Amino acid sequence: MKVITNTILSAALALGLGSAAQAAGGPSGHVDNVDFSFDGPFGGYDVNQLQRGLQIYTEVCAACHGLEYVALRTLADDSGPHLPEDQVREYAKQFEVFDAELDDFREATPVDHFPASNLENAPDLSLMAKKRAGFHGPYGLGINQFFKGMGGPEYITALLTGYTGEEKTQAGVTLYENTIMPGGWISMAPPLDDELVEFEDGHANDLQHLAEDVSAFLMWTAEPKLGARKQAGFAGVVLLTLLSVLLYLTNKKLWAPVKYGRKD
Amino acid sequence: MAGIPHDHYEPKSNGEKWLHSRLPVFGLLYDTLMIPTPKNLNWMWIWGIVLTFCLALQIITGIVLAMHYTPHVDEAFASIEHIMRNVNGGYMLRYLHMNGASLFFVAVYAHIFRGLYYGSYKAPREITWIIGMLIYLLMMATAFMGYVLPWGQMSFWGATVITGLFGAIPFVGESLQTLLLGGPAVDNATLNRFFSLHYLLPFVIAGLVIVHIWAFHTTGNNNPTGVEVRRASKEEAEKDTLPFWPYFVIKDLFALAVILTVFFAIVGFMPNYLGHPDNYIEANPLATPAHIVPEWYFLPFYAILRAFTPDVWIVMFADFISGGIIKSDFFGVLAMFGAIAVMALVPWLDTSKVRSGRYRPMFKWWFALLVIDFFVLMWVGAMPAEEPFNTIALIAATYWFVYFLVILPLLGVIEKPIAEPETIEADFDRKTGGAKSATPAE
Repeated sequence: MKVITNTILSAALALGLGSAAQAAGGPSGHVDNVDFSFDGPFGGYDVNQLQRGLQIYTEVCAACHGLEYVALRTLADDSGPHLPEDQVREYAKQFEVFDAELDDFREATPVDHFPASNLENAPDLSLMAKKRAGFHGPYGLGINQFFKGMGGPEYITALLTGYTGEEKTQAGVTLYENTIMPGGWISMAPPLDDELVEFEDGHANDLQHLAEDVSAFLMWTAEPKLGARKQAGFAGVVLLTLLSVLLYLTNKKLWAPVKYGRKD
Repeated sequence: MAGIPHDHYEPKSNGEKWLHSRLPVFGLLYDTLMIPTPKNLNWMWIWGIVLTFCLALQIITGIVLAMHYTPHVDEAFASIEHIMRNVNGGYMLRYLHMNGASLFFVAVYAHIFRGLYYGSYKAPREITWIIGMLIYLLMMATAFMGYVLPWGQMSFWGATVITGLFGAIPFVGESLQTLLLGGPAVDNATLNRFFSLHYLLPFVIAGLVIVHIWAFHTTGNNNPTGVEVRRASKEEAEKDTLPFWPYFVIKDLFALAVILTVFFAIVGFMPNYLGHPDNYIEANPLATPAHIVPEWYFLPFYAILRAFTPDVWIVMFADFISGGIIKSDFFGVLAMFGAIAVMALVPWLDTSKVRSGRYRPMFKWWFALLVIDFFVLMWVGAMPAEEPFNTIALIAATYWFVYFLVILPLLGVIEKPIAEPETIEADFDRKTGGAKSATPAE
């Protein structure tokens, strides 16, 4: 019996569950792990990093891309960039949104969302860190995913730093060689470069740092409730472990007279 | 077969007597909870409780999710993001529901393979088995339609591929597919009917679960020996059994708690591990994903569906003999549903008089191979349709049918089973030392 249980469970974990996770259209290049603060069961977002990422997003990415699922008010969340509310109001003003009631455009307020992408071929970035998976299966027990996440933000970092400098023109469109992009060519010009963005506190702003910061920010836009989720998961695991121990002891005591003819 | 003799509910107070003579609901509850259960049940007999829990979990989280979800192609994807971002605890509800489906299928596969090993399908439990198979089919239908609701890329393209299967059926296929989709392609009408059915079917499952339990409460549980409970008298039956409450309730709850610990670790720390990143891209009918891969629990049967390519001789033969009606895609559909059908017919395909695999020396090995085969199919189902995967899929799919259609009928004739224990009590006492031969110092 034990043999069957073990076979089924271990095989389910090793093969089945693992192969389920096979990524479709996965990255062509190798994605290196980045030690993000939010990796692992106890990881959470680094507020300073999210604020830097927001600045990079605003100064660079927002020119073409959008964040249509992200409400501006969430920039004030404790678990997010945690901006003061007046700053959020100020920040919102730079965007124009269409108001159906006014039948006209107006300045955005914190209750509005970030605008959608400006360019048709610039995808929305709200969920980009979950749309891509740098090290997503197909084999193994998921230990990697457990400690390092699914590799979404790592994929973004790798893409942003994966340009080779080569370019070519195809049907009137300039394409840039990128080792991470499936097919090897991407229509987005290298968006980041060393010292492209200056931080007020003088934080390091070489390409790798900028790429990591904006990737962390995009992980937050994709999964704003990550911290709360991990906390709930941890509470669940602790309480259920406790319950398991209690039920184990209850079960043992209950069965002892039946099995061994004595009361434990 | 008569039920196992046991004590029945006796109303004591006047109030209880009043109610009992009008609606014996406490009697029903008592008899259900106190059902005599073979005392030698092992840890593979815990999956029923896990499955019941999963059904309740899915219904409860699902009902709350439905309060916030919008079944419209323009809003479905955004409403999921609304649940994830704005609804209180919404992210937890959704991740529980998503991963709850996986737990449901882990449990159902363990439950089915337990039944296959210990011969739980054999007389007199054929009805229990058949109802179980119906529940499994409905689970697959429900899970498939639920996966379409978030309206991501895999939702859309999965729906397109799977409903396309029905289109492969000769003569009626096209009308059937149109009926299923509510139009020529996967669109708003499809999403709406899938939402409606995804809400309905779990309650049909719940009804069938009650019948499933009713059926095996009539025949009594099977057990690892496959030897029936002695039921000539209550005293004899009590030597082989213990009441479900508290003995098995506590045991099952312990197992459930352990399983849920792992479940909560996955939901809390890696909720998207079993999912597909492409499903966070909103459905786009104009962009086909590079690989369309179903969820893990469909992979074994998806592999069987794809295994019978046009160049396989049996497919060419079927095409020829049917005058071109059975093309390879229809053959695949037949094979996929056939794989489940042969499993459903196993009570009549297995000719052995011995119920439990424990006492069948040859059966054991073929069964172990079937378990391996199942995982091979699961693995190959996730691989691209190219060599060497096509050949592996074909061999694995063939073994699935050979096991049920050839090996099981033959084994009953050629196999020499080893001796079963006389009684459940004897088996139980051999394992534990037994209550009577107790050695207090252990």
